Amino acid sequence: MIVAIASGKGGTGKTTVAVNLALSLPGPVRVLDCDVEAPNVHLFLKTNAVRTERVGIPVPEVDADLCNRCGECSRICRFHAIAVLGKTVSVFSELCHGCGGCTRICPEEAITEVMRPIGVVEERRAGRRHLVLGKLDVGQALVPPLIRAVRSKSGAGETVLIDAPPGTSCSMIAAVRGADFVVLVTEPTPFGLNDLALAVETVRVLGIPFGVIINRAGSGDDRVHRYCAREGIDLLLEIPDDRRVAEAYARGSTLVENVPEMRPLFESLADRIVAMAQGRPSHPNINEARHACR
Amino acid sequence: MKVAVSATGETMDSPIDPRFGRAARFVLFDTDSGIVESADNSGGAQSAQGAGIQAAETVSRLGAECLITGHCGPKAYRALEAAGIQVYIGAEGTIAQAIEQLEEGRLRRADGPDVGGHWA
Repeated sequence: MIVAIASGKGGTGKTTVAVNLALSLPGPVRVLDCDVEAPNVHLFLKTNAVRTERVGIPVPEVDADLCNRCGECSRICRFHAIAVLGKTVSVFSELCHGCGGCTRICPEEAITEVMRPIGVVEERRAGRRHLVLGKLDVGQALVPPLIRAVRSKSGAGETVLIDAPPGTSCSMIAAVRGADFVVLVTEPTPFGLNDLALAVETVRVLGIPFGVIINRAGSGDDRVHRYCAREGIDLLLEIPDDRRVAEAYARGSTLVENVPEMRPLFESLADRIVAMAQGRPSHPNINEARHACR
Repeated sequence: MKVAVSATGETMDSPIDPRFGRAARFVLFDTDSGIVESADNSGGAQSAQGAGIQAAETVSRLGAECLITGHCGPKAYRALEAAGIQVYIGAEGTIAQAIEQLEEGRLRRADGPDVGGHWA
């Protein structure tokens, strides 16, 4: 079973929910930190590094002796990463998305692929808990291939929790698609609601069942509650705006360990999510969304 | 020598477009024959990224050996350099005036990009 924890707005508590769910689920659990531009689950889930591997994307290299400058490679590249310029073909590898189109279309077979590193995938472990995190190299902008590399490290017979990047762009979709259930974390503010509504629309297109968690409940207003009631969205949990929560977070600790009344709430949340994820069939729209966002 | 100028219109009287990659058009003037051509650059103007690279490819394909524009970003400069095209920046006024400025040696030859990417 795969559960993705996502949000429209950043800083709402995705990692807090992912970590505390991981500590509340019975049986083996694997957390995939797909927020590869700012991974932070490892700060809260105490684990030891087991393995690290470099991840790259294939970028073209042109053999000038074989190339006849026909321009097919340039025409197929929507990112303008390869161009016929005078007597040479130049590759702008920082613009390349690694799709392989130029390599395949080249009639002279003048193009080979070399790996351009974009980040690392680190596997960590503590007992039955596994953590896999992606770290994008500084200066890189291409996130989905690294997220897919993190997603590929899923084991069988485990509950998989995905800590998704914020927003509703390609990177968020790369992290949540294929999940059995999505938890959307928000806060009771106008910004929280605006970005929650965007995330709800996205997850509906993906056809994945979802529910909402309100973090810092009591700090804002009731507009998220009213929105959820109006849209018929399940409100899974409210995490109170409590100083002890902030203190635990600031120490790199967890709610279930520091705020005693949160433990049974996260345990029943875990039960409920398992039931909801298994109770509903996944939506056929998922393939459509997969093609829409590479 | 064929000179390409980033332009907002199609004729020698059209104003220069100070942007290279996202210029509306290019006017090409052959200083030997006096022939004027014009090329559309709407593809570059609308592309999400790599507009300068695509524009460099366009002017290279059209046989330009020299480019006059307002500013030139890093990837555009790299592409123009690879194509062996001389770059003159800081031009103002109409295409005809820019050609005149070039012929009188009043334009600055760029030895590198003068702005960052996505500057305009």
